[in-house]
Amino acid sequence: MQALSLTVHLPLVCFGIAFPSLVLFAEWRYLRTGDQTYRLIAQRWSKVMLTLFAVGVVTGTILSFEFGILWPNFVGTFGSVFGLGFALEGFSFFVEAIFIAIYVYGWDRLKPRTHWLTGAPVVLAGITGSTFVIAVNAWMNHPGGFRMSHGKAVDVHPWTALFGNSFLWQELVHMYLAAYIVVGFLVAGWYAVCFLRGRFGRYERTALAIPLAIATLVSPVEVVVGDWAARVVAVSQPVKLAAMEGLAHTTKGAPEHLLGFYEDGRVKYGIEIPHLLSLLADHSWNGEIKGLDTVPANDRPPVNVERFSFQTMVGIGTMFALLAVGYIFVRLRLRRLPRSRWFYWAIILAGPLALVAAIAGWITTEVGRQPWIVYGVMRTSQAVTGAKDIPIGYGTLVLVYVALGAAVAWVLHRLSLSPLPNDVSQVVNA
Amino acid sequence: MLEHLPLFFIIAGLIAYAVLAGADFGAGIWILVSRRTDTELRDHARHSMGPVWEANHVWLIFIVVVSWTAYPEALSSITSTLAVPLALALIGIVLRGTAYALRAQAQDGELALKIERAFGVSSVLTPFALGTVVGGIASGRVPVGNAAGNLITSWANPIGITIGVLSVATSWYLASVYLTADAERGGAPSLVHAFRVRAIAAGSAAGILALIALVVVHADAHRLWHGLTHGAGIAALALSGLAGLTTLALVLARRYEPARVASALAVAAVVSGWAVAQSPYLLPGLTVGQAAAGRQTLVAVVIAVLAGAVILVPSLALLFTLTLRGRFDAHTPSIDSTVVHATESPQAVVRIVAAFTALVIGAGCTVLLDSWGLALGVVLLIAAILLGFEPLARVPES
Repeated sequence: MQALSLTVHLPLVCFGIAFPSLVLFAEWRYLRTGDQTYRLIAQRWSKVMLTLFAVGVVTGTILSFEFGILWPNFVGTFGSVFGLGFALEGFSFFVEAIFIAIYVYGWDRLKPRTHWLTGAPVVLAGITGSTFVIAVNAWMNHPGGFRMSHGKAVDVHPWTALFGNSFLWQELVHMYLAAYIVVGFLVAGWYAVCFLRGRFGRYERTALAIPLAIATLVSPVEVVVGDWAARVVAVSQPVKLAAMEGLAHTTKGAPEHLLGFYEDGRVKYGIEIPHLLSLLADHSWNGEIKGLDTVPANDRPPVNVERFSFQTMVGIGTMFALLAVGYIFVRLRLRRLPRSRWFYWAIILAGPLALVAAIAGWITTEVGRQPWIVYGVMRTSQAVTGAKDIPIGYGTLVLVYVALGAAVAWVLHRLSLSPLPNDVSQVVNA
Repeated sequence: MLEHLPLFFIIAGLIAYAVLAGADFGAGIWILVSRRTDTELRDHARHSMGPVWEANHVWLIFIVVVSWTAYPEALSSITSTLAVPLALALIGIVLRGTAYALRAQAQDGELALKIERAFGVSSVLTPFALGTVVGGIASGRVPVGNAAGNLITSWANPIGITIGVLSVATSWYLASVYLTADAERGGAPSLVHAFRVRAIAAGSAAGILALIALVVVHADAHRLWHGLTHGAGIAALALSGLAGLTTLALVLARRYEPARVASALAVAAVVSGWAVAQSPYLLPGLTVGQAAAGRQTLVAVVIAVLAGAVILVPSLALLFTLTLRGRFDAHTPSIDSTVVHATESPQAVVRIVAAFTALVIGAGCTVLLDSWGLALGVVLLIAAILLGFEPLARVPES
């Protein structure tokens, strides 16, 4: 149930992190050049931003309630350890809500430069807010800053627990960049649709270039950062890595398997590349990689779910990196946008795929942690509520989310239909 | 003392939520009960909450997260036993947020009307459900433990229902007063008149309901009654009554801005009265001191809240100043926002080369080095993105 809510919340988080900075970039270009096209882009995007933020407020509220309703023992035992992260995130959320309102309602009401400045806190609060939430997740994966005594967390040092955590930094950078990829490709995808429909004036080209620039720059970098993240996992959660790779026994010079599935202690029908896993995770030809057999069977995560989601994320990420390098090459070498239709189809597909990759990545980190909710300290089954009738609530929630999704789609559709104002479309078409 | 500080923050948050978000709920109720033809009235109710309702709503999230950090055991008992009304409140919140976003894009007409009705219904449901939660806690029906209380009777009882209804009524009354003041600022005499009458009616109704609620408390929750009728509790009740009467007098005297303050004070006093009446117990048998988290956590919460307040207070002040001065009103003349055309500096090539260099070195450091080298690598990678972004994002030729 919480998984469902998080899945719905995730794309909105991505927009919360990445979209405001794109809006501000467009407005900044307007301030620099006086080009009305940029102003129009910023203005129209800011409305989308507000709509998505409003929905994000709603799903965020659901999440904060669910933590209490569904995981009372988790919150009851560890609230004192990780709650601080959410308290700080609450403040970021607050700042975001305040300035997003001022920014969106302030078009034409505030001086241009002042108006731009009121957008800056939205960007900053998006960064800090996600940092605090990821700090909580990093703590669940790599807990510290407390001692257990008779089933209670004692000697709690919340600052150390949340921010003195070696796990935080790679998770933060990896997630943060992922948000830019998701938003970049989703927004660019919309204007790619415009291209395929033959409506591709200066406005559309400009609005395509901005999100595409960020998505294609970030994609290759994300691959490198992903390598860093995998090495951190190899050191602090070897069982998770073993599950991600379907490695049953501790092996020296471990091979990497692409595709296939895990059964009876080995990967079937996969493509085996010798020594690659050791090379990637340990940077040595014969490095020792710990296998699933280092822990008892009931302490292992579900291998196939874990492996499949991990490979999905990596596969999509790699394709993005290739697409990105191709785009940047064309853009710099030929000084224009690509003209082939398949490229724009790829961009349209890339948006939803980016979302799939982000969700798959999140499944990788969360399922890989199972059966623990707090890694090595509390099992998920110990944390769950004693209340019955959860399935009824689950069904209701599904309906609520379906309705919410439909509503958002409708609003965005309406927003896209509003015609370009005359004075600008003259400039734009000139 | 330290273990009480976060509770003060929570109560302050509750008060803020009640007087700010409460008024937004109330505006929704007016939208629900208005006649079909009262388009102007509905638009006024909707527009005046436009810039502020999201910020007002965040107070609720603030309350929840501070509670679970500072008093984890109490919060987990409350949320597991009172899961039903909390879920109802959630449905209300979702419906409300969605309806609001939808309404902004719908053209006036049949569809817009339906969306507004949905908005109105959720504006009743949410404060009612949250009120029953308060009733469940206040009447001592939430025992300590994971879903230890009855899932239904813990809130669906005389006192829960009464406080639920009272929450709706106070929201209604607050909205009426605020909307009158907003209408006067907007220079719409007919709206001022309409909401003035409504403010008087809703204020009287809320006052009578508050008295009924006291009778129910007397019959149903002796501890709470005792707290409310002794010491600081009775002072808070008296203050609330006085502020309520003052509000009515001010509205009658057409002094709407002071009336706004007085009406908020009336509600704030009731919330404080509840807090005082219940102290020192959060839940039956669980005092604030027993429920509080460890010292380190409490210190951290206090620091976080105070540091947050340094940023938050001026931000909120800015938002409300702009809103209350009418800077966001529809009729405000827009200022000239054309900017002077500046020439571009042609540094694109330099930047791209720099970005590429940073990318290669950064990738090398990240993959091959540890600790500081790795950190440097990541910084270089991010620098590469920042350097390359601007030249790539310029308007491309077709």
